[in-house]
Amino acid sequence: MTFVSTITLVFFFLLVVVAVAIGRLRSLFAAVMLSGIFSLLSASLFVLMDAVDVAFTEAAVGAGISTVLMLMVLHLTADKETHNNQVAVFPLLISVICGGVLLYATQDMPHFGDPNAYIHQSLTADHYLNQSYDDSHIPNIVTTVLASYRGYDTLGETTVVLTAAVAVMMLLGRPKDEERELAESPDPIIEVGAKMLIPYILLFALYVQFHGDFGPGGGFQAGVMFAAAYILHALAGTVRSAQNAASADVVEKLIPLGVLLYAAVGVWCLFKGGNFLEYNALDPEHPAHGQHLGILLVELGVGVTVFSAMLMIFYKFALRGKEAE
Amino acid sequence: MNSLLAATSTTAMSGEGVYNYGLVIFLMMTGLYLVLAKGNMIKSVIGLNIFQVSVIMFYVSMGRVEHGTAPILLDEDLPHHTDSHEDDHGEDDHGMLQTGSEVALASTDDTHSAGTHSPQNDTTQAMTTTESTVYSNPLPHVLMLTAIVVGVATTALALALVVRIREYYDTIEEDLVDAIESRLQKEEQAEVQS
Repeated sequence: MTFVSTITLVFFFLLVVVAVAIGRLRSLFAAVMLSGIFSLLSASLFVLMDAVDVAFTEAAVGAGISTVLMLMVLHLTADKETHNNQVAVFPLLISVICGGVLLYATQDMPHFGDPNAYIHQSLTADHYLNQSYDDSHIPNIVTTVLASYRGYDTLGETTVVLTAAVAVMMLLGRPKDEERELAESPDPIIEVGAKMLIPYILLFALYVQFHGDFGPGGGFQAGVMFAAAYILHALAGTVRSAQNAASADVVEKLIPLGVLLYAAVGVWCLFKGGNFLEYNALDPEHPAHGQHLGILLVELGVGVTVFSAMLMIFYKFALRGKEAE
Repeated sequence: MNSLLAATSTTAMSGEGVYNYGLVIFLMMTGLYLVLAKGNMIKSVIGLNIFQVSVIMFYVSMGRVEHGTAPILLDEDLPHHTDSHEDDHGEDDHGMLQTGSEVALASTDDTHSAGTHSPQNDTTQAMTTTESTVYSNPLPHVLMLTAIVVGVATTALALALVVRIREYYDTIEEDLVDAIESRLQKEEQAEVQS
């Protein structure tokens, strides 16, 4: 067993320990913090499995945004489970039986890391690895597949983010700009520390957005990181100061704008004589240049929608508590 | 019997065994148990998150290739467009002095700029790409990357519902919500009867 696979195994066991601890803890605060740790551990595991883009997203989303959202919900609801932690027999039975059946099914699955596994032999994977650079001149295959080969899919996913943001806005009401602060008296140490960090987070997010063609990154990760910078601003200072930087009215309009930008690129391709989202048509002389331009614009659309959706969802949760008081 | 036969036949395959599936399934079932057993809604949402991460891990672990690297093409696997463009400028001066490898690079660049691929060039390039570096399968990564972001959006939706439930019922325990709901129904029926 190699060094890397030993580390992989250690991370897997840590994940198992954390998952069991989440189940046993009665304090919801501890459970939420542990679920953040769970996400960070799984992000490390994704790096070990060579999925750097996935790890990037999981670290920003799972350990960052969703932990913050859960903590805000705890602030709005309760931070303790009222019931005692007895083992529920019937759900346990279902889980054990279900797991046993799945375990039985894995016996003829391809081995972990087996290069001869069926999914590595498919023509699609072969095309992605060997042709994507010729098609688009972009070294990061994940970006090419995400924005170009599977562009329809990503458009759909972006629309789902838009839909979820709209649903949260409908459930929690329209935030008003004249709301009061989240923290009554911001801690100066945290405030200064956050102010020193925020410019670098924003700069790094820009790098992730536009360097996603050449390294791990892209619109999804950059959007989440932009949102994280503003959320940090709001947490360290006040929600109002964050809203001075990114007004809720503007953010609200950015959510559909990103999806529209994405779709507009597709329509532009139609006008240029290609199919929907066929970037080759954007520059008939140099199809790769057209691909590059299309992927850049589409990633920008994704980034704008993800950023504004995440920030808007945060504003909703942050301002809800103040309305109730 | 069949499963045993399958297991013995797969030992001939390279790889590190199927332990990843076992651990992923354990995590998945932990998430399922939390969703089923816990009456607390935030615990259920956390359980759903664990379930989601383990499904993502299942896909990513299938995409892994032993001794592979992240699916971002390394410099040595690229045809070096910018470099060979610079070569093009100097080609007139000492075109005949180029080494074999440089000729090969220039020729791949020519095919790119002309936009037409001769099939032989393509196949040789494909062979070198696969032989020099082993890359993990990018497809599961792409699918799961978008799934994570969509997952946090849907988690936010679930949490928004929890907040509204708390505001209406003043609790986030499922059985207490049920009790309040049934009490309200009874009162309503009593009002209708009277």
